[in-house]
Amino acid sequence: MATMSRPITTLRLERGGADDAPVSARVRIEALSASFSGKPAVKNVSMDVLDHRVTAIIGPSGCGKSTFLRCLNRMHETVSGATATGRVLLDGHDIFDPRVNPTAIRKHVGMVFQKPTPFPTMSIRENVAAGLKVHRPSPTGRELEAIVERALRRSALWDEVKDRLGAPATGLSGGQQQRLCIARALATDPEVLLLDEPTASLDPISTQSVEELVYELRKDVAVVMVTHNMQQAARVSDVTAFFLHGEMVECAPTAKMFTAPQDARTEAYITGRFG
Amino acid sequence: MTPSNAAAPLPDSGQGTPNTAIDGQDLQGGGWSDRAYDALLTAFALCVPLLLVLLIVALTMAAWPALKQFGFGFLTSSDWDPAAEHFGAAPAIYGTIVSSVIALVIATPLAIGVAIFVAEFAPRWLRQPIGFLIDLLAAIPSVVYGLWGIFVLVPALRETVMPFLRDTLHLGATPFFSGPAYGPSMLAAGVVLAIMILPYISSVSREVLLAVPRSQREAALALGATRWEAIVGAVLPFARSGIIGGIILGLGRALGETMAVTMVIGNRHEIAASLFAPGYTIASLIANEFAEASGDMHLSALMAVGFVLFVITLLVNFVARWLVWQTSGGTRKVG
Repeated sequence: MATMSRPITTLRLERGGADDAPVSARVRIEALSASFSGKPAVKNVSMDVLDHRVTAIIGPSGCGKSTFLRCLNRMHETVSGATATGRVLLDGHDIFDPRVNPTAIRKHVGMVFQKPTPFPTMSIRENVAAGLKVHRPSPTGRELEAIVERALRRSALWDEVKDRLGAPATGLSGGQQQRLCIARALATDPEVLLLDEPTASLDPISTQSVEELVYELRKDVAVVMVTHNMQQAARVSDVTAFFLHGEMVECAPTAKMFTAPQDARTEAYITGRFG
Repeated sequence: MTPSNAAAPLPDSGQGTPNTAIDGQDLQGGGWSDRAYDALLTAFALCVPLLLVLLIVALTMAAWPALKQFGFGFLTSSDWDPAAEHFGAAPAIYGTIVSSVIALVIATPLAIGVAIFVAEFAPRWLRQPIGFLIDLLAAIPSVVYGLWGIFVLVPALRETVMPFLRDTLHLGATPFFSGPAYGPSMLAAGVVLAIMILPYISSVSREVLLAVPRSQREAALALGATRWEAIVGAVLPFARSGIIGGIILGLGRALGETMAVTMVIGNRHEIAASLFAPGYTIASLIANEFAEASGDMHLSALMAVGFVLFVITLLVNFVARWLVWQTSGGTRKVG
């Protein structure tokens, strides 16, 4: 795998090594609030997203966790009536700065949605390359092929599709489609990858393959994953944040969160008393 | 309850009605009304194709004398002379196709542009009024378009548009925009047709664009696409088979449109390269001549051009189905 230029740090991670070494914050969120047509969805959230870590956002339906995620690449504002205040610092740069172009942010902060969203008229290759087309200058020929292959390898899909890159993306299974969407997001080499309940529409086996992939991805990127599956958060994340009614109740290393939660509401949620 | 545990024995709650055996009489009879209903609906459903078959048979039989006498020359000859009983429909066939193509060339970008604006950019309160006004274009009677064509469009073309195209843009150097600007012309017919088919293409495209899932737009935006790139790269490709369907629907309307075209096309039996020259279409030919078709051969010739028009529209429909099938190969599986 090609080495990538990382301005902050390049840690070598072993499994379970979440607490071993200090890591820097790739994204710093300061007093972030978001609302839809005046109705608040996220209230005054501050937290750090660490580089080379998987941060899981858990919480009951409607707690604002997806809205929170969608603020991190300014997708939130694409919905009419949606507003956000506070600061989100990506490597120290405020992405809400009026001079910042949201499309530029989204090239550094990739996103994968709940349902696989391959472009149905495009082949597998074209899907992976879709995000590259909007980059200037966009790569072509061999360079493009190399990027497509690397992205598919990183999303653990290469071996399954290498012989049919020209085939329609819709011919893939649901789990393969989701990994294709992850490859598509990785092709532009983002520093942060946002996953919005990436396994919610997948069967258990596909879910497992995506989870394994997410665990691998943190070698290269900071991952933020929204999930309402607590076991999933426990399995793949290094840090977990618990959201309730738009507020962040608690954010802690995952092992600590699931064994010794500080807040009574967190404990109630993870022990299954509500949500 | 899931099927897997349906087979498990239910705990006896000690409540509910006792489970009696099913009476065999309950399972029989009562089917005749369903069968009668079934037969009635089948009869209704068969009526429509039967009507079509009868129409084709009648048309073919009536057209047969002319088709037999003139053979292939009926399609290639430009000589339409009822007095000499010689009929060649080439100018009308040419005019039908060319006027429709002009209409498509003008209407398609406009209609898709409007549809994109309404579906993607217009604020919600503006969507309805714009859509309604465009749909209203389809409600204007053909003859009104014709009147407007004669008294507004044709003078405007003659005095402004045609000189502009020919002299100012120097398109007069090409055969398509040369010659005197009479007014009534192939171009006038094409422009009127464009306005008439615009609502069809636009409505279908708008509905198809609105039906594109938001997730497709978001997927493109999340990759760093601008709004416009998301529309061109994700939304339009997703909707393309539906949009093609809308264009073909418009083309079908244009091919058969009669009244307005008859009023502005100039009605001349001649194939001219210039769009400024008058022409003819099959529909306007029939409309102009059916009343005075005294001779049997004249009538048969009119039936024959009608038959040709029918075949053209049939072909367009087949091509349309094939195109939609081709382009939706990928989208259909998504469901």
